[in-house]
Amino acid sequence: MTDTPTIKAIEEEIIEEFSLFDNWEDKYEYLIDMGKKLPKLDDAHKKDENKIRGCQSTVWMVSEYKNGRIFYKADSDAMIVKGLISMLIRVFSGQKPADIVSADMKFIDTIGMSTHLAQTRSNGLRSMIKQMKLDAMVWASKENN
Amino acid sequence: METVALQKGFDIYSIRNLFPILQREVKGKPLVYLDNAATSQKPSVVIDALTNYYSGYNANIHRGIHTLAEEATAAFEDTRETVRRFIGASSTEEIIFTRGTTEGINLVASSWGRANLQTGDEIIISTLEHHSNIVPWQMIAAEKGAVLKVVPVTEEGEFMYEAFEQMLSAKTKFVSLVHASNALGVINPVKKVIDAAHALGALVLIDGAQSSVHLDINVQELNCDFFAFSGHKIYGPTGVGVLYGKRAVLEAMPPYQGGGEMIREVSFSGTTYNELPYKFEAGTPNIADVIALKAALDFISGLGKSSLAEHEHSLLTYATAQLKAIPGLKIIGDIEHKVSVISFIIEGIHPQDIGILLDNQGIAVRTGHHCTQPLMHRLGIPGTSRASFAVYNTLEEIDALVKGLLKVKKMLG
Repeated sequence: MTDTPTIKAIEEEIIEEFSLFDNWEDKYEYLIDMGKKLPKLDDAHKKDENKIRGCQSTVWMVSEYKNGRIFYKADSDAMIVKGLISMLIRVFSGQKPADIVSADMKFIDTIGMSTHLAQTRSNGLRSMIKQMKLDAMVWASKENN
Repeated sequence: METVALQKGFDIYSIRNLFPILQREVKGKPLVYLDNAATSQKPSVVIDALTNYYSGYNANIHRGIHTLAEEATAAFEDTRETVRRFIGASSTEEIIFTRGTTEGINLVASSWGRANLQTGDEIIISTLEHHSNIVPWQMIAAEKGAVLKVVPVTEEGEFMYEAFEQMLSAKTKFVSLVHASNALGVINPVKKVIDAAHALGALVLIDGAQSSVHLDINVQELNCDFFAFSGHKIYGPTGVGVLYGKRAVLEAMPPYQGGGEMIREVSFSGTTYNELPYKFEAGTPNIADVIALKAALDFISGLGKSSLAEHEHSLLTYATAQLKAIPGLKIIGDIEHKVSVISFIIEGIHPQDIGILLDNQGIAVRTGHHCTQPLMHRLGIPGTSRASFAVYNTLEEIDALVKGLLKVKKMLG
């Protein structure tokens, strides 16, 4: 079995990819492209209890725990949010709960996307990260019991 | 660029120079501010009025006998007189300063509602209401066992007057209606509503948060019992608003909040209340912002509300035609009679994506449900993108919006 790259290593990859772009259009087009490539979420998962609060758009997210690692799936009705969540899934999916909880997420600032972390009701990135970390904590506590 | 003649004597570029914020850039592009229905930008005269107060005559009002207190009190009361003239009220006793439209509505729902509503009484609002003209009524209705009735709207978001007439009955005690919709811009037939409600003895509150900056307001001609609006949407500061109420109605109402300023005499055996309007202004008011509100109203009156309206109408007409030319774009509330607000959706594109990608081009619009979730639900959409225009907006800015939207479409296509 090949080793899953660490959260830091994936973040470095993303930083490098974004460093190729020198204007906002390219960055957002890349993000939109990531959104389009996000694997489909089963319609059965698109229910109220899987919705993430605090987003202007609708975001559904589910997670599962396998062999000490967490796997996320998500979808949104807005494309940029879909791109952001696709990026988060790339960073977090397949990682260990403790690593997810302690990730500092500084790479978001480095790639110039920190505006999506702003504390306005319209930006859901902060809520998505919070939910992913909460899920990780829940899985971690189940793991310890 | 296509040119549309703006009326003579209306020099848009000197007006823009009065607003310092319009010089700034957003993400390296000149700011195109089209979120005026949320809050308008402030001219220097308003900003100066705030700093002049704090650096020149800051004092608590009405109580002190020193010079600063007298100057501050005079300026504060001067705004009350300016507001009275601005909305055509008969007396300054009918002008109550609030934090904004929301507080004005809460004051009426709470004070008038608690004293007058009984089980089975009916309150009528419309589907077009902002949450601030829904929730206070839901709260008092639940408390008093009253019933909230909602006037429906057409597919285009127009108030259905016939349905309203059918709803009116002897049970109707209060009608609270938005003058111009913040989400769509549509203007409601408030005069007809007020007259019909009065014929059955019901009182009427008009939510003027959007209309007060665009339409000529004369509360005596309208004959409404209450009229509420906010300072920050009419080029004034945030945190200040006005509630107009007819003197006789206000006199019969119990105070809203207790504290200093609103009392005549306090003893532990009982308290008597101050006269109007102070009965409803408990505590130290928002002195600085009230004083600066006068500068905003003077700014509007100086230009002439009809000039403003004409300019905004030109912008609305031009923008409507330009936006309609964008394939897949649909204007929500596409009717003649409206204030300078355009709400739209683009097929297959979420409003949030539009907002984010326009922001990256320096263009500020509002996206989402605009605090009118029941209206969005009725129209069968999750939300819209909304461009709303003010006195300082230009045709070039509308061109920038159109160009921006075409780019959004290309990026998401």
